[in-house]
Amino acid sequence: MRTKLVSLLLSGGLLGAFAVISVSLVAITHDSVEARIADNQYLAMKRKLDTILPTEQVNNDPLQDRLQVSARQLLGADFTQVYRARHDGSPVAVVLEPVVPDGYAGPIKLLVSVLRDGTLGGVRVVSHHETPGLGDKIEESKSDWVLGFTGKSLTNPPLEKWAVRRDGGEFDQFTGATITPRSVVKAVRDTLLYVQQQGEALYAPREDQAGGPTSGGQG
Amino acid sequence: MSAPQSYRRILSAGLWSNNQSLVALLGLCPLLATTTSATNGLGMGLATTAVITCSNGTVSLVRHLVRPEIRIPVFVLVIASFVTLVELIMQAFFYDLYQVLGLFIALIVVNCIIIGRAEAFASKNRLDRALLDGFAVGLGATLVLTTLGGLRELVGQGTLFHQADLLLGDWAKVLSLSLGKDFQGALIAILPPGAFIGLGLMIALKNLFDQRAKRRAAAQVVVAAPTTVTAT
Repeated sequence: MRTKLVSLLLSGGLLGAFAVISVSLVAITHDSVEARIADNQYLAMKRKLDTILPTEQVNNDPLQDRLQVSARQLLGADFTQVYRARHDGSPVAVVLEPVVPDGYAGPIKLLVSVLRDGTLGGVRVVSHHETPGLGDKIEESKSDWVLGFTGKSLTNPPLEKWAVRRDGGEFDQFTGATITPRSVVKAVRDTLLYVQQQGEALYAPREDQAGGPTSGGQG
Repeated sequence: MSAPQSYRRILSAGLWSNNQSLVALLGLCPLLATTTSATNGLGMGLATTAVITCSNGTVSLVRHLVRPEIRIPVFVLVIASFVTLVELIMQAFFYDLYQVLGLFIALIVVNCIIIGRAEAFASKNRLDRALLDGFAVGLGATLVLTTLGGLRELVGQGTLFHQADLLLGDWAKVLSLSLGKDFQGALIAILPPGAFIGLGLMIALKNLFDQRAKRRAAAQVVVAAPTTVTAT
């Protein structure tokens, strides 16, 4: 009985010691690389933003000049980040992170930049779960479909042409995958509509945002 | 383990004769899920090799300390810690690669090859053998992952080592091969069934090789010593 108890305690203590050692090892590593990881994430995001912004006109850091808005119906998520790009304080473009709620296999996260005149600076796919080989052609690395948005606006093509060709619109679908491009086109159009609706409010300095676009949304 | 295995045997067992993916059929979850391209397979294989070598080494070092009744939880702890460390280090130093493989790294924890080697080999062998075994087994798995990934990528997409530069640096761009934009891939290769079919073909091919080798060896025995063969 006694020896059993001793052996039980010994095993438990040993297991506990292992747990403490492993957890501290992980914690120490985490602590020492945390800042580096945050830097990496920041740089990766910045690089992505730079590809869809007119960088030569921007001299602020859009990642610092951000705003959170809420317009579920047009932007697909409860909260959406808006990054504001400026030149000496005057607005150049906004970059939004809308979510496409009706992808073929779950939500698709986009990065959409809208210049001040309402044309698209560019669209990129941040993450998705679409079928490899079919729906994943929305990725920039797989096909240049997504680059086709650059320079488009709500008047070019006209609003009713913002659809895939099969639906009578102007945008290509992929062979074997219509649902993915259809929902992406719709989400980009909705983002443009949202930006048009909000107008200058999206560029307002953060201090007076209390009653601004956050409550504006889609009424 | 009665007699310690020679280094040569450990290497050849890990790479071929007891290849954990093709013979033991362990670790199929990451194998089937991540091999949509050669680059993914290679990256996953290398990360797995790192984890398996470290965990084998650690398990071997503490093998006299760990009592039998708590060995499995200890192995799990060790493996989970190493996977977390690999994930953190990758995020800090190879962020581009992390963006490609990030989702899959956590899957290494459930790779039963690793706990299998800890239990079957590392907990009974000296540090040097355990390290070599981990390395060999990891390399064997990497070979299978890369081949299956390459096969599926080539058939399904018409490319090979697409985006390998994210994994290996800019020089790897020369590895990338493309059959041209007009290539109409067989999509099934990329989808999950393709993984099963591809793995089945690879297992069949390995068995074919082994059988051939056995027959050749038998034939040589016949030539060299006909009397013993007829006697049996």
